[in-house]
Amino acid sequence: MNLYALTIHEAHNLLKNREISSQELTKSVLDRVESVEPRVGAYITVAAETAMAQAEKADKAIAAGNITPLTGIPLAIKDLICTEGLRTTCASKILENFVPPYDAFVIKKLKKAGAVIVGKVNMDEFAMGSSTEYSGIKPTHNPWDLAYIPGGSSGGSAAAVAADMCLGALGSDTGGSIRQPASHSGVVGMKPTYGRVSRFGLVAFASSLDQIGPMTKDVTDCAVLLKAISGHDAGDSTSVPRDVPDYTTFLEEGLKGIKVGIPKEYDSLAGLDVEVAEAVKNAVKTIEGLGAECVEVSLPHTEYAVAAYYVIAPSEASSNLARYDGVKYGLRDKGKNDLIEMYRSTRSTGFGPEVKRRIIIGTYCLSSGYYDAYYRKASQVRTLIIEDFKRAFETCDVLLSPVAPTPAFKTGERTEDPLKMYLSDIFTLSANLAGIPGMSVPCGFSSQGLPIGLQIVGEHFNEGKMIKVAYNFEQATDFHKKKPVL
Amino acid sequence: MKITKEEVVHVADLARLDLDEESIDKFAGQIGNILEYVDMLNRVDTEGVSPTSHAIFLTNVFREDRIKEHLDRSKALANAPEKEDGNFVVPKVIG
Repeated sequence: MNLYALTIHEAHNLLKNREISSQELTKSVLDRVESVEPRVGAYITVAAETAMAQAEKADKAIAAGNITPLTGIPLAIKDLICTEGLRTTCASKILENFVPPYDAFVIKKLKKAGAVIVGKVNMDEFAMGSSTEYSGIKPTHNPWDLAYIPGGSSGGSAAAVAADMCLGALGSDTGGSIRQPASHSGVVGMKPTYGRVSRFGLVAFASSLDQIGPMTKDVTDCAVLLKAISGHDAGDSTSVPRDVPDYTTFLEEGLKGIKVGIPKEYDSLAGLDVEVAEAVKNAVKTIEGLGAECVEVSLPHTEYAVAAYYVIAPSEASSNLARYDGVKYGLRDKGKNDLIEMYRSTRSTGFGPEVKRRIIIGTYCLSSGYYDAYYRKASQVRTLIIEDFKRAFETCDVLLSPVAPTPAFKTGERTEDPLKMYLSDIFTLSANLAGIPGMSVPCGFSSQGLPIGLQIVGEHFNEGKMIKVAYNFEQATDFHKKKPVL
Repeated sequence: MKITKEEVVHVADLARLDLDEESIDKFAGQIGNILEYVDMLNRVDTEGVSPTSHAIFLTNVFREDRIKEHLDRSKALANAPEKEDGNFVVPKVIG
């Protein structure tokens, strides 16, 4: 048995029954990383030594009878979540040598639960991108076909989970950055409700949209990891003080009485791949066959979501990224004696092209004379998008749709056309604008063998219902059992 | 053209970014396309619609004003590109 291929809940049962140790499990994962990393390129930093030390500690805890569902479980962390003493680069030259002096709230929780941190995984620079090609460190390849992108921005997390280079991972999602790579890499990914998971220690991209979430091999693991990272944190004023349910209890419920909504506008969207449409249609049929009732719903402002998002997200980013000035941490471009010149050369050397593009768009949209036309207008359209969802959820429990309009695309195919890259976020970014949760579950493969994901979207704090639908679907299908050959 | 090369340079300047000739050309085209696309927002009637800046209803998150643990100076300075006597060092600001 290859221990690295286990899911979190399978490994937990073996650890609990003392059939394996965390050190054996962690060693197996580290060996796996060593053997496939040269081809996949998921990791920016592998923390082998500290991981083994954490595994040893976990084994002692287990021996003493202290085990949580994550004790001794090797996880990968997207490289924009701060880990004390472990380099956190945001895949940017500007933070290439940044070693955080503190742990993010979610890392504190994982450490307290006894999890093992294998290392930090690749992403688009500052999470800006949909392919991980905008990483300032290196590209990541899709484990299902190395010529294809793994999705992004949490492409390293998705590839690491798909290629068994960890048992589960954390990603972050600002416009689809967990769900789209999960869909492209054939894993389960969830963006929780905004405020469900603390953003303390998550390097900010667009603060009103960013949310940390789990990326896992199956839905059960998603429920386990979500519970472990959720909860109120006084360190994040946007974190919501609300009890965290045991999400695994939703795995036991059937789909009788559940109403799933199918947004009618999604059918007519340009660029929807036939194979994706077919896979999603079949998934809806399967879910209906399991006892759920399908209803048609309307989200009339769907076509404006990309436009609103690509004003709001870059605007917030341009403000958040002003902090990279070469003074307190990160890169400083030397040789300039004047303060302003130092800022300019540091930022110009440190940021990659996509980050610069978004900073410029955001600065433009917020600049005097344009603020009302762009930022205010987009924020008003955001209100209308939120109202669309509210109305839709009056007649259904969850919404079903594709995650991305196409399966993964080839490396290099879209880097020169940013607008085309942005348009592929159409199904995912509305959930961020509305602050509602969304997840991706494997629902098929293209004729080329690339994974396709089904998106399940719920109302605020209704992750449980989504997990219920996802789990029932997963158990009725075999997609999650397939693994890429590496 | 939705955004001129001069405007790109001006906005980059506001954001403290230097761009080479090639990037200016490329960005003017790419950002122009994006802004043209974004213009579709003008088709939406938003009369009387209040803008949303935060998707979850939370207001006035207060906490008690108490002294808590904080990063010690050496940790806070650990990542500084240049430091001296417990301070961040920056290039001369006033001539």
